[in-house]
Amino acid sequence: MPSLLALVVALPFAGFLLLSLGGARLPARAVGIIGVSSVAISAVLAVAVFVALAASGPAEVRFVDTVWTWIDVGPFAPAVAFSLDGLSAVMMLVVTLVGLLIHVYAAAYMRSDASYRRFFAYMNLFVGFMLVLVLADNLLLLYLGWEGVGLASYLLIGFWYQRPENGYAARKAFIVTRIGDTALAIGLFLLFWELGTVDIAQVITRADQLLVEGSAVANLSAALILAGAAGKSAQVPLHVWLPDAMAGPTPVSALIHAATMVTAGVYLIARLHPIFEAAPAVLVAVAIVGAVTLLLAALAALGQRDVKRVLAYSTISQLGYMVVALGAGAYAAAIAHLVTHAFFKALLFLSAGVVIASLRGEHDLWRMGGLRRVLHLPFWSFGIGAASLAAVPVVTAGFYSKELILWNVWVAEPGGAWLAAVLLAGTFLTALYAFRAFFLAFFGKLRDAPSPPPRGGLIAAPLVILAVLAIVGGLFETSAYFGGIELLTLTLGDSLPAAAHGVGADALALMIGASGLSLLGIAAAYLAYGPRVLPRRAGGYLPAAGRAAEAGFGFDAAYERIVVGPFRRLARGLRDEPVDLVYEAVARLLRAAHGVLAFTQRGRVRVYLAVLLLGSLAVLAYSVMA
Amino acid sequence: MIVLVLVAFLAAAGLLAWITGGRVARAIAAVALGLALAFGAVVLAIAAPDSAWRSFDEPWIPSLGIRLQFGVDGLSGILILLALVVGLLAVLVSWSEIRHRRGFFDFNLLVSLAGVVGVFGALDLVLFYVFWELMLVPMVLLIAVWGHEDRLRAALKFFVFTHAGSLFLLAAILALGAFYRAETGAWSFQLADLAGAAPTGYPGLVIMLGFFIGFAVKIPAVPFHTWLPDAHTQAPTAGSVVLAGLLLKAGAYGLIRFALPLFPEASIALAPIAMTLGVVGILYGAVLAFSQPDFKRLVAYTSISHMGFALLGIYAMTELALIGAVLLLVAHAFSTGGLFVVAGALEARLETRQLRRMGGLWASAPRLGAAALILVMASLGLPGLANFAAEFSIFFGAFGPAPWFVAAAAIGLILSALYGLRLLQGVFFGPPRWEGIADLSPREAAVLGVATVVLVVLGLYPIPVIDAASGAITAALDPLMSRGASP
Amino acid sequence: MTLGLPEVLTFASILFGVGAAGLLARRSLLFMLASIEVMFVAGGVAFVGVSASLGQADGQVVFFFVLAAAAAQVSVALALMLRFHAQSRTIDADRASSLRG
Repeated sequence: MPSLLALVVALPFAGFLLLSLGGARLPARAVGIIGVSSVAISAVLAVAVFVALAASGPAEVRFVDTVWTWIDVGPFAPAVAFSLDGLSAVMMLVVTLVGLLIHVYAAAYMRSDASYRRFFAYMNLFVGFMLVLVLADNLLLLYLGWEGVGLASYLLIGFWYQRPENGYAARKAFIVTRIGDTALAIGLFLLFWELGTVDIAQVITRADQLLVEGSAVANLSAALILAGAAGKSAQVPLHVWLPDAMAGPTPVSALIHAATMVTAGVYLIARLHPIFEAAPAVLVAVAIVGAVTLLLAALAALGQRDVKRVLAYSTISQLGYMVVALGAGAYAAAIAHLVTHAFFKALLFLSAGVVIASLRGEHDLWRMGGLRRVLHLPFWSFGIGAASLAAVPVVTAGFYSKELILWNVWVAEPGGAWLAAVLLAGTFLTALYAFRAFFLAFFGKLRDAPSPPPRGGLIAAPLVILAVLAIVGGLFETSAYFGGIELLTLTLGDSLPAAAHGVGADALALMIGASGLSLLGIAAAYLAYGPRVLPRRAGGYLPAAGRAAEAGFGFDAAYERIVVGPFRRLARGLRDEPVDLVYEAVARLLRAAHGVLAFTQRGRVRVYLAVLLLGSLAVLAYSVMA
Repeated sequence: MIVLVLVAFLAAAGLLAWITGGRVARAIAAVALGLALAFGAVVLAIAAPDSAWRSFDEPWIPSLGIRLQFGVDGLSGILILLALVVGLLAVLVSWSEIRHRRGFFDFNLLVSLAGVVGVFGALDLVLFYVFWELMLVPMVLLIAVWGHEDRLRAALKFFVFTHAGSLFLLAAILALGAFYRAETGAWSFQLADLAGAAPTGYPGLVIMLGFFIGFAVKIPAVPFHTWLPDAHTQAPTAGSVVLAGLLLKAGAYGLIRFALPLFPEASIALAPIAMTLGVVGILYGAVLAFSQPDFKRLVAYTSISHMGFALLGIYAMTELALIGAVLLLVAHAFSTGGLFVVAGALEARLETRQLRRMGGLWASAPRLGAAALILVMASLGLPGLANFAAEFSIFFGAFGPAPWFVAAAAIGLILSALYGLRLLQGVFFGPPRWEGIADLSPREAAVLGVATVVLVVLGLYPIPVIDAASGAITAALDPLMSRGASP
Repeated sequence: MTLGLPEVLTFASILFGVGAAGLLARRSLLFMLASIEVMFVAGGVAFVGVSASLGQADGQVVFFFVLAAAAAQVSVALALMLRFHAQSRTIDADRASSLRG
């Protein structure tokens, strides 16, 4: 059974190889079948392995599947080995199942693209690397998956490579995340040096024993891991790549930049939480980073015109929620939200994809309107997604996971109350921007009639399934008021500390407060952007603030001035090899010396004679006198 | 024995190629290298460590204690096989590119390769020096005769720099011999004899610096590196491949085989400076690579950057770091050599090396693009490819003794992404600037296929190379350990 | 006025100096040769004078050697001068400067 793990990982790679080497002659049908089925079979196997793990009872909490030894030098002995415990099982299922739905959707959505085969090759490559990341048994293999998904993301953002802006967005994504990756790498070096192993299970055990709480080593490694996670999970200040990454095809945005790759940072911190427990100061920093990101991104989302950019900033903000939960020690709650977020964010993106396709590539919300009369399925799916994002009480998955986070953060020490306040503010803003987009796109006056949207079972089925999940998908972990289901805790087992469930006045107050803010946000959105608002101000409200929000509050501009510009100037200045100046000076010196000495070799016979005579005279005189 | 056989065989094949010339010459070269590779691989795979195939020892100039002494352990074996593989790839790359005086070209190529094989196998210092010079001179000719527009200046600069460095090397070798003579009354230039009797203290430091400078010019270490961009850019493709793939490695090999074991204390004293040079090379090379408008010049600077990693790994003096350095020598030969092959393919089709004149080529040459993608990813250290295994072994191994150096070197990861993606974007992505170019021919595909496959296989399964090299690494480290280098 | 050794040597030095000055000052190869002859003779006079003052014949024998050397030198030099003249149509020493650095 454990050996199936390797197969789960290998199948998407096999799909990638088949599609890349299969040649341009592969018919589109075959491409779709290979591309989807590699992930489908992988998903089936994933479920099978998960069931086996769950059924194996308390004795066996982990499956390990060692395929081969990678490097072996003394204590440094990473193997290509995969392990499955509760946490990685949850991640694995999200990646394969949500990934499958998106692949099915994409099979129809991208059908008419000339590079269909290349698209699915890259998508499979991505799924393969993502599975390596979540199932890796040691940190080096995890890093392989980590960087690998970065590669796939680069290739997919820049998929339509003929447009230079896409290439720029792709490079930006790769390089900004690389900055985080480098910090992570240094953190790994530190951990290996301190703990003597890269095996994750060993690291966790030894961290408990060897890492002194609050020591410099613990703080530094935790901080570096945080930096790495911040890069991949688009937290401030390394978040700037995600909005631009929307240049890729919409299924890519759904898969990579919503449901899976960006959650890798959350997974990493959850997985390595003992290290963070040994560095409480860094945990505070984690929470602060999450909180800042949450608010900043939510405000930025309010100012976006492009529907995909709204969703991008929304993702950044929701990731901020998860990171705040991590910082408060509520790892299981963060994972819960990771799962529900995958459902409703994928749903939102895929719905947006249908809208964009039927409007022939229009992304601007202010040029949409009234679409609910013609695009029925996207109207409902986007609406359900937005509701779940806004955590509409009881009937959405987002509600339950946000509740979980809210309570666990509230009871955290220190500063839980402050963090909870931020979360509540975020709830309001989230509902506001989510429904701003919903109302602007689907209500009001219909402009030009859109073309027939992409249709068919392959498009509809994923949307319907995700919509259902966005409604009921949060019911795996609820508080006592809603049935006290603890499926997630059960699944996670020992891999993470269990999430607390709130009971009592405090809990009820929080719940009602959050629900109220969510509904308030929707109402505010309706008042500001609903169909009855006349006239429709094309620039929205508060134009100056809106512009600032749209520009992401100046992070890009700041980076350009402080980092990018000076670096370009430095490179330009050094381009012609300043070190050569030394060697050219030597050459010039030699030539000058030559010039001087050549003066004595002019060929003038009489000068030679004179020197000869006078010289011999001088020598004679000297020898006679001395 | 095997070294002598290979050297003689390659030289003879070179002569034969010169005599016949034309298209027969290139076939002779290819066949000769193929045979040599097959023979060498079989022998080295099977031969036991004490087998007669692996060593050879005859007197040469007895009055001066100079012997024809060869020895092939795991490290030498890997590098010799690498030389033969890269040589074969070079011949295939130059198959249709070089027409003018073909026989003489193959002669130079084969003699240079013979020199490389000899360098990796020689155990007598004077013999080593002879082969060191032997691999240099034909390369100068390769650049000067078959190179590009500025080839004469580049060849001259290459010659002057490396020859000046070799002068330090020669002086150091002679001084070492003189010391041995003063100590024991007899002449000897064999490594085994000199290892125990090498001077320490101040004279040791000076002689070691002679070795170091000679090798540092070759590696190349900043600030002795300025010959490389010109030489690599102006050389014909096969020349660039051999230069990047082999000649640079000879410098690193010399440090591991000679400089470290002969002068442990001096090496430990020099280590901080050497590692600084390594880190400077990594960062400086990467920044300059990013700014180059010429494809080949960009790749040349990435060579400097990568070899900086090797220098860092060697002077970190831990087992893991040294293994990483050796892995890097092999990986870099294929990743950078492969990129030069891509450059050559582009130049043959577009008649330019300037990035600003390329763009959007993926559409018409996707296989070339895919190969370049893999090679660039290797170059920037993507896990799963050989360069990552090498660089991260160096990082993990060097972090203990030199954490700040490693942290600074890690910035190279970001910089390498910058230059790598710039290369890809400038050539293959963006709006197409050309009507359409031909995709890879079967021969080009074979060469690039070998390079990429080796990178992937070695990236995921480097154990064979690690095992082979560990004997030599232990031998290099033992004297250092006993004098206080940290493990 | 007695002609003692000092007077003879003074005469020889002055003669030598005249010859040297002539060598340096003249541009014509022919006159340079003549000046060299004068220098030779000056050397010979010095030898004769010393031998006379010592009452030995060796110096006067050396004078023969000096004459022989001078004759040999002149023949070679004249040959060279003729070659030079044939090539550049001049016997100006300043024009013989094409072997420059």
